[in-house]
Amino acid sequence: MSSNAALALENISVTFAARSADTAAYTAVRDTTLVVESGEFVSVVGPTGCGKSTLLNIAAGLLTPSAGRVTVFGTPLEGLNRKAGYLFQADALMPWMSALDNVAVGLIYRGTRREEAHERAREWLARVGLAAHGHRYPHQLSGGMKKRVALAQTLIMDPQILLMDEPFSALDVQTRQLMENELLDLWSADRKSVVFITHDLEEAISLSDRVVVLSAGPGTHPIGEYPIDLPRPRDVAEIRLTPRFVELHREIWHRMKDEVMKGYVQSQKVP
Amino acid sequence: MKMRIYQAALLLAIFGAWYVLTETEILAPFFFGKPLLVLEKTWEWFASGKIYSHLGITLIETVLAFAVGTILGLLVGLWLALSPTASALLDPYIKAANSMPRVILAPIFAVWFGLGIWSKVALGVTLVFFIVFFNVYQGVKEVSPVVLANARMLGATSRDLLRTVYLPSATSWVFSSLHTAVGMAFVGAVVGEYLGSAAGVGYLILQAEAVFDINTVFAGILVLTAFALVLDGIVSFAEKRLLVWRPAAGETEPL
Ligand SMILES: Nc1ncnc2c1ncn2[C@@H]1O[C@H](COP(=O)(O)OP(=O)(O)O)[C@@H](O)[C@H]1O
Ligand SMILES: [Mg+2]
Repeated sequence: MSSNAALALENISVTFAARSADTAAYTAVRDTTLVVESGEFVSVVGPTGCGKSTLLNIAAGLLTPSAGRVTVFGTPLEGLNRKAGYLFQADALMPWMSALDNVAVGLIYRGTRREEAHERAREWLARVGLAAHGHRYPHQLSGGMKKRVALAQTLIMDPQILLMDEPFSALDVQTRQLMENELLDLWSADRKSVVFITHDLEEAISLSDRVVVLSAGPGTHPIGEYPIDLPRPRDVAEIRLTPRFVELHREIWHRMKDEVMKGYVQSQKVP
Repeated sequence: MKMRIYQAALLLAIFGAWYVLTETEILAPFFFGKPLLVLEKTWEWFASGKIYSHLGITLIETVLAFAVGTILGLLVGLWLALSPTASALLDPYIKAANSMPRVILAPIFAVWFGLGIWSKVALGVTLVFFIVFFNVYQGVKEVSPVVLANARMLGATSRDLLRTVYLPSATSWVFSSLHTAVGMAFVGAVVGEYLGSAAGVGYLILQAEAVFDINTVFAGILVLTAFALVLDGIVSFAEKRLLVWRPAAGETEPL
């Protein structure tokens, strides 16, 4: 195991306790190892319900694994992962704060003076194209705008590791490609280590340095790792038309489709 | 706006019907009063200034009961919602205290706090407290786990969480209960006065009832109703100012 890895999940297993006497305990993740090098953009793909969010919660320190070890820049993780920013799958903005206050709140938690925090929040809102919307509350923003605010809220903290859980899955195709390109722009500025969860293989290939494919649940584990040797900077819409992309897509999809079918069958079962 | 006119018309119609029915003695004026005499009595109270000191007393009792009950409800609600041990311990007592008809405490409060305003405030507090308490408790329990996890990932300490997550979430629930709470504070004050006092609008009603002066009783009810509407309006105003972040249904502006 390379010691300079930004994030290393080693032999992680997660078993959720049974909720009542007539349900069995559920092992969502079994013996999974995932290493993210410093500055690397890694995507994790897998069928819905396989345990992607669970894995990310482990990396964030929000969940303790039943077995296995998590290290962050070589140090074992205890409690929350203070080096990581987390972009949640569901809406996570505070509905009672304006967009500006939402972006500034992390700095204020950290002890930054209010005016300075707001000043920097304004810069970040401008960077994600929302300079004019700082006074709005989350319910007054569209889905794409909310994701931008959430992105600014996380990035303003300048985390060394960025954990993203299907951040764009709820967006329409056009907004999504815009956001993906924006993400790549922001990322290329300072190359954070990124774990990007998605169920969309095309998104995974077009963004990442490496794609990890997970098996269907229960007992999810990686079944393939694919380095993506596409040149950067990329445009996510254009790169999908290149022959190398198509080739990579075919190769990974071939490995994935059985798992997707299994995942589908699994989700049809009455528990 | 049109609705307002209809609403006013309905009020006039009710007073009209009342007037006709009592003038023609279909309803006995001895029991139902006469609207003109009721209005005259009300007018006389305000013109002579006699009502102000009584209204002032009732107002002070209501506001004190409301403020103390709300603050206690907020504090205890936050405390119990965030401390599972305390809530498990106190759960049966809270249920028991809440299901008890608290008006029966009025005589006890009269003994403990005397016939002045504090026995009325105490009664109002017991009514207001539980409404606010249950709403705060609910508000804290219903905080979205994702919002909470997000705040923690952004570095919130437990004090930060209280200030920026639990309190704002509970506030929105508290406000939905404040309309009921202010009404309850008022009930506590008036019922307390009615059961034993030397001042307040409830006391005026009590006195009038003792001499079968039904018109004065109705005048008292009229004043109390108007007063309750004003209090409710103040709460609505505060709610609008403080809860701007909450989505209102169909929030669009015509061009
Ligand atoms: N707290 C929990 N208790 C019990 N089961 C859970 C819990 N969280 C997730 N699961 C189960 O673990 C599996 C993986 O969930 P999740 O990681 O959210 O999947 P994904 O993000 O890949 O769609 C699902 O079958 C889900 O039902
Ligand atoms: Mg998920």
